[in-house]
Amino acid sequence: MTMTQTISHHLTDALLMGYSAGTLPEAFSLVVATHISMCDECRARAATFDTVGGAMLETSQAVAMDEGSLEATMARISAAQPVARGNGAATQAGQMQGQHQQRPRGVLPAPLQDYVGGDLEQINWRPVGMGVRQALLPTSRSASVRLLYIPAGASVPDHGHRGLELTLVLQGAFMDGDLRFGPGDIEIATEELEHTPIAAQGADCICLAATDAPLRFRALMPRLAQPFLRI
Amino acid sequence: MNEELANGQDQWVSYVARVRDAQDQHAFAELFRHFAPRVKYFLMRSGADAGLAEECAQEVMATLWHKAHLFDPTRASVATWIFTIARNRRIDALRKERRAEPEDLPWGPEEAAPQDQVLALQEEAAALGDALSKLPEKQRILIERAYFGDLSHSEIAEETGLPLGTIKSRIRLALDRLRHAMK
Repeated sequence: MTMTQTISHHLTDALLMGYSAGTLPEAFSLVVATHISMCDECRARAATFDTVGGAMLETSQAVAMDEGSLEATMARISAAQPVARGNGAATQAGQMQGQHQQRPRGVLPAPLQDYVGGDLEQINWRPVGMGVRQALLPTSRSASVRLLYIPAGASVPDHGHRGLELTLVLQGAFMDGDLRFGPGDIEIATEELEHTPIAAQGADCICLAATDAPLRFRALMPRLAQPFLRI
Repeated sequence: MNEELANGQDQWVSYVARVRDAQDQHAFAELFRHFAPRVKYFLMRSGADAGLAEECAQEVMATLWHKAHLFDPTRASVATWIFTIARNRRIDALRKERRAEPEDLPWGPEEAAPQDQVLALQEEAAALGDALSKLPEKQRILIERAYFGDLSHSEIAEETGLPLGTIKSRIRLALDRLRHAMK
């Protein structure tokens, strides 16, 4: 994923700070981690927010550990299985955790592959009408995240929002008014925004979309169907 | 200006290296004495009771021991690295959620980190800590709440009675000040 030079729509400070502080719903964290995987600029900004967290920890108050705490910790260390020392040392504060399963590089960035269980071909698409397909990804229910497949030239169902919606382009592009969103670009839509994204001509568009409230589809989707689709 | 602070950071880096290379228990004890009580405070501020915070702080420090070989001093200070471990432990233990991590950067053959890069990063982290401590009280408290309280901006608004707009603009102001201080 070396498309970083073409990215023009980035994460906000509030999202990066929430991601660093660990207060975002899981679904939003997935979108943020996926964008960072595609965007060196936001990766660097995220590292800065982690540094703020480190500085807060360094200068914070302290609560005395229990009597014998160090010895108990040494006992934990001896009891644990030694961690295999791979060559692929991780590279970022948030990544020095050695978390991702080793998978071949593909179209989907690693954090997304962890949720899909593989690359594009593993996605379990469900048609939702007009050629649009979606695949919900399993996260905690405080917010939801789905992959959307929109045929080139088709419009994303017209909808408004009750909460915050993040839409990250993985392949293809969509237009929203005058703005173009290509691979790696993220659109951040709030309650005020009525938008009508249309997939650009060319490649079919694949997006990762997260919301913390049910979307209200206007034209395409009868409201009745929403509970079944978890939209 | 930040030489002393940076030296402090540098010392933590050398302790982690001793844990990594020699399983040095004295170096680990120094790290433990400094960081474990702060991690415990962080977890209690996030809503853990004393027992859970103690247990999680021990686990965080044990993780430091086991993953010392993953620490990269050209990318993070020791405090930052421990913060990320503690934060992830909190998400796991208190919120029972997964946390998606970004894809690792392509990584060349493993070699010793160039000392000037280590120093540059550690100085930068120290300077940020310095700038943070000089923020006006109100701004600093909001940033601390955002990081430590496990509260979203809107929840902070509910709890403090401050309008969300005010909180956002104060945090923005604080970040602008930090950016300015870092130039």
